[in-house]
Amino acid sequence: MAYRAKLVAQGVAIGLVVLLFALLAWSLVSEEGGDLAASAARGERPQAPDFTLERLDGDGTLTLSSFRGKAVVLNTWASWCIPCKEEAPYLEQVWRDNRSRGLVVLGLNAKDLRSDALRFVDRFDLTFPIVRDGSGDAIRKFGITGFPETFVLDREGRVVEAFAGAVNSDEDKVRLGSAIERALSS
Amino acid sequence: MRSGALLALVAALLVGAGAGVARAEAPNAADLEAELVCPVCETTLDQSNAPVALRMKAFIRTRIAAGDSAQEIKDALVAEFGPTVIARPPRGGFGLLAWLLPLGAALVGVVAVPLLVRSWSRGRTSPESEPEGLDPALERRVDEELARYDL
Repeated sequence: MAYRAKLVAQGVAIGLVVLLFALLAWSLVSEEGGDLAASAARGERPQAPDFTLERLDGDGTLTLSSFRGKAVVLNTWASWCIPCKEEAPYLEQVWRDNRSRGLVVLGLNAKDLRSDALRFVDRFDLTFPIVRDGSGDAIRKFGITGFPETFVLDREGRVVEAFAGAVNSDEDKVRLGSAIERALSS
Repeated sequence: MRSGALLALVAALLVGAGAGVARAEAPNAADLEAELVCPVCETTLDQSNAPVALRMKAFIRTRIAAGDSAQEIKDALVAEFGPTVIARPPRGGFGLLAWLLPLGAALVGVVAVPLLVRSWSRGRTSPESEPEGLDPALERRVDEELARYDL
């Protein structure tokens, strides 16, 4: 009897440990989008995860896939992020210079207070469309670990190039320009 | 004159009691910070100095000053950051598991541990479980083998 009870207890303990390892493995595997930037860097064009989010700059929602047929510069930002402040004027310029060519700059404000985000928009006079992802669920699908990150998507919604950190050096700006041309010509 | 003074005293006591109630109902910023999670570092706000956590703390203080209740402030932050901003899991849906599993585990422990301890202790004291002596034939053989090595 004691032997059997001991076996059962050991079985339960081993089962729990196995279950915990399975949960850990599942959480690691289910981190979507973790290699999106790496795939793009290898020259592949992975499909960007779709999302529908409320607009920060107006009523209603926006769906990423609704921009199919246009190239998209998807920029994730938060008002409390200092590098985001450095690149915001440049992204506004990119939008104004290229919107007539079929390029959309889409801001994705995440993990931020709405009032702070709206002040940020006013301060930098941003006119490109911006959606809001307060919980960060959408950016998690892109494998984003910090702000800002920028993804250039072609007309099919595939990632042409990804930028971790602000696009503010001359080198980054050249790289972004080149990625935009590739996205527009797809 | 005396009744007027009495009235004034009662009025003062009522006002004082009212203020006391108002003070008791006003949410405490530190309590709220311990119940809410920073969406970036995923620790409670009182443990975090991340920029967004500092903004959230300022938001809480502003809302307290504006007279909002603790629940209103939490609801506002859930609307901003989603339900995971609350440190305690919700007492419904999938979140209910987080409350029930530890209770279930404790109950299983309360029932299982005494049973196991009893069965183990019984096993040790039970005469049947005492190690039996060697088989006489085997014992004889062991003695013979050992005798070969006697010095």
